[in-house]
Amino acid sequence: MAKKSIKIRAKAKNGVVTVKALISHKMETGLRKDKKTGKVIPAHFIEAVDCDHNGTPVLNAEWGVAISKNPYLSFKFAGASGDTVKLTWKDNTGKSDTLETKVK
Amino acid sequence: MQRRHFLKNTMATGAVALAATSGLLVPLKVLAWNKEAFNAKDVQGAMKGSIGTELTTASDKITIKAPDIAENGAVVPVTISSTLSDVKSITIISEKNGTPLIAKFNLKGKAEAFVSTRIKMGKTSNVIAICESGGKFYSARKEVKVTIGGCGG
Repeated sequence: MAKKSIKIRAKAKNGVVTVKALISHKMETGLRKDKKTGKVIPAHFIEAVDCDHNGTPVLNAEWGVAISKNPYLSFKFAGASGDTVKLTWKDNTGKSDTLETKVK
Repeated sequence: MQRRHFLKNTMATGAVALAATSGLLVPLKVLAWNKEAFNAKDVQGAMKGSIGTELTTASDKITIKAPDIAENGAVVPVTISSTLSDVKSITIISEKNGTPLIAKFNLKGKAEAFVSTRIKMGKTSNVIAICESGGKFYSARKEVKVTIGGCGG
């Protein structure tokens, strides 16, 4: 994928790292119809989001279609600045993307 | 001789049964998308599929931060945090959605009991948050009024 679909901001404060992530994804439910053709738009959504902190998993999220378009996700864990955070998503069509960043 | 054989066999099957009950099979479930739970049409089915039970204890140690009135049901910001100790997972359910289960967050290692995201809600209903702590499930709910539905947008 040429363009990165993930934006992450991770900040450490008092030993707790707060991660805020935005993923650009249309999160199609499979219930919506195309207004012009009247055909159902097939479901296309993120099923799983995994986050690693210094290589160890801290969060495995299982998502359904009811997560909003261009999902926002925030979570916290014990850590310090300079640690690495890796976020990976996978959707129902098998597409995936991953991004690693350093905690500020 | 035959008795020996018998003993050996029963021990082998016993080990397999133990592996199954002690949770060695759980990672397999996490890898595949939990279709049954996410496609469940009622809250009971969604709960059974995702957390394995429909019994939870109401707890005031779980905080749901969500708007009282959501103008747009397609984007409802929800933040769930808990002061329960050692929270293993946080599950979000919207009571009146076509498929009520929204997401399950499995927290590992050093993760804190805090998750924030944006969800779609079909109509006015309760948002239920379920936290798993010490093998038990605790829940809290909050009503969110939706003026424009988020399904079918």
